[in-house]
Amino acid sequence: MRFAFTEEQLAFRDAVRDLLARECPPSVVRDAWTNSSGRTDKVWSRLAEMGVLGAALELRDIDVVLVLEETGYAAVPEPVVEHAVVATPLLADPGSARAGEITVVTAFEGQGPVVYADSADTVVMGSEAGVVVLEDFDVAPIATSVDGSRRLGEVTGSGARVADADAFHRAFDRGALGTAAQLIGLTRRMLDMTVAYVIERQQFGAPVGSFQAVKHHLADARIALEFARPLVYRAAWSMSEGESESPVHVSMAKASAGDAALLTAGKALQCHGAIGYSFEYDLHLFMKRAWALAATWGDAAWHRARVGRAIL
Amino acid sequence: MDLTFTPAEDAFRAESRAWLEANVPHGLRSGDTRDGFAAHLEWERALHEARFAVVSWPDEYGGRGATPMEWLIFEEEYYRAGGPQRVTQNGIFLLAPTVFEFGTKEQQDRILPRMAAAEDLWCQGWSEPNAGSDLAAIQSKAVRDEASGGWRLSGQKTWTTRGAFCTHLFGLFRSDPEAERHRGLTYFLVPLDAPGVTVRGFGRLDGDEGFAEVFLDDVFVPDADVLGAVHEGWGVAMVTTSSERGLTLRSPGRFTATAARLIDLWRERADPDEARLRDAVTRASIDAEAYRWQTFLTVTRMTAGEQLGPESSLTKVFWSDLDVRMHETALELLGVDAERDDTGWMKGYQFALSGPIYAGTNEIQRNLIAERVLGLPRR
Repeated sequence: MRFAFTEEQLAFRDAVRDLLARECPPSVVRDAWTNSSGRTDKVWSRLAEMGVLGAALELRDIDVVLVLEETGYAAVPEPVVEHAVVATPLLADPGSARAGEITVVTAFEGQGPVVYADSADTVVMGSEAGVVVLEDFDVAPIATSVDGSRRLGEVTGSGARVADADAFHRAFDRGALGTAAQLIGLTRRMLDMTVAYVIERQQFGAPVGSFQAVKHHLADARIALEFARPLVYRAAWSMSEGESESPVHVSMAKASAGDAALLTAGKALQCHGAIGYSFEYDLHLFMKRAWALAATWGDAAWHRARVGRAIL
Repeated sequence: MDLTFTPAEDAFRAESRAWLEANVPHGLRSGDTRDGFAAHLEWERALHEARFAVVSWPDEYGGRGATPMEWLIFEEEYYRAGGPQRVTQNGIFLLAPTVFEFGTKEQQDRILPRMAAAEDLWCQGWSEPNAGSDLAAIQSKAVRDEASGGWRLSGQKTWTTRGAFCTHLFGLFRSDPEAERHRGLTYFLVPLDAPGVTVRGFGRLDGDEGFAEVFLDDVFVPDADVLGAVHEGWGVAMVTTSSERGLTLRSPGRFTATAARLIDLWRERADPDEARLRDAVTRASIDAEAYRWQTFLTVTRMTAGEQLGPESSLTKVFWSDLDVRMHETALELLGVDAERDDTGWMKGYQFALSGPIYAGTNEIQRNLIAERVLGLPRR
């Protein structure tokens, strides 16, 4: 038993972390809220160049989980999980998806509305009946997401069945796991932002972060992160190894990561006070992504119910 | 990363499981009563004879040189088999790591084998009436006795777990009255039958006589029983307290075993359509798993040579809150039977309630997390 990442895995994470720090600061995320696609100009092609979009074709879940965590940390406004982790491995010819020339999104049972459908070239539709790849499809915008970059739509169309129900279940778990990793990244981001803020911000003649009530809020968020993270990494390992219990491990991870992110969002807002409540301040970009991701690919209650069916 | 156990680890698990299943006693009285304590000692001596009392220690002191991972495996098997809480735990899990790190070879040779064999029984002398979580407020004094080559200890220790049944005490005393708070403290080892020691047992919340007050009146302790450097006791004690909050005392095996018992109770008692309790039981199991995997992560870091520090505060808040939550859920499942004393759950609940209080209250731990893990300013 050795629960540690390899040098290669950490180097891949660091490279993506550096890229996103440069190319995807909060101003870029904010721009995506108001542009036509909800996406960015450059980040998609940069991620493709770095091999992130094709990673699931060559690498195992455990090799990409840290990278996905970083895409959460940056709140990348791109369908990274849907395209790179879930859909691309299901395509017969994934070449152009790997190169980022096309965007593939997923319309999966249990996932909720289709994210970024209106900028997608291909849709992979999954259900108990199996997996279908749609090339001709219509998109009806159905609602705006709480996260302004996530364009939600409903997809109709037809196509060829490419995989069976087992493949659908595995792909769904990969989506839930990828989202759990992003939620861990978001939790870290909100905590980092809040720690920096409460050290800086003075009230009553002292930094806000010196007050015990504030300390306890942030300690609770840090504890939630500390104990959700290993479940996400364990689930990634379990998926990589094809363990029969991996769906239960994924559900434990998604439920815990979602809970940690929601708790941290609440604590972060409270500790920021009114500035965190302003639209001009960046915290809401990360909070809203956390709310959206906690709800999608099965929320915590859904995943706990799945764990419950397995263990009770 | 390799989250499977090695063949050696699997073999060690199998050996531990077989022995424990055949030997773990059931139905012992609480180890926090005098009769119960005696029965527990008999069990722990059997454990020692099978060389399972201190598996992670070197062979020469009664262990078998197990890796930290093997130690965790042993603990999982111990609680899985229904093994009782160790009444020697304060010596084995709190004092011993400190003796390994700070003790002289003479101290190690003298103290550790007798501790492993449950011949010397150690209790912790930290708390005082005015120094609980604020450990630096310790007032018990150590006065130098140059002529006799040692120290004279005076003062009062309290809330000393199983103090009335133990033979020795380890604790901090103020050796330099001029120094500020956590400076000027020295770590002493004190036999409880030394002249000038008076021990008075008193009851805990659950009624067991698990606590003691220890009064020291001019008790002589030779230099050989100072652990670590004079006046440097705070740094020595910090090794003990991080063990207490973290890994060595609170093995995940205890909580995964409680979660498993909770699931059994659910199967016996629950209305399967009752969603809230179903969710609570599931949540408890997930949290116990989270604790287990977080520990594996920590052990991997330790094995790679990393020093662990303030992270133990994260662990302490998590396991103690989890333990309370699991027992609360069990009492809800029991319904009208929750008040009965023969199910074990009410007793366990009262014990769990001590978790957020001892070893530095959870409020203190949250301050430490904020200051030492997150880097927030002190007031």
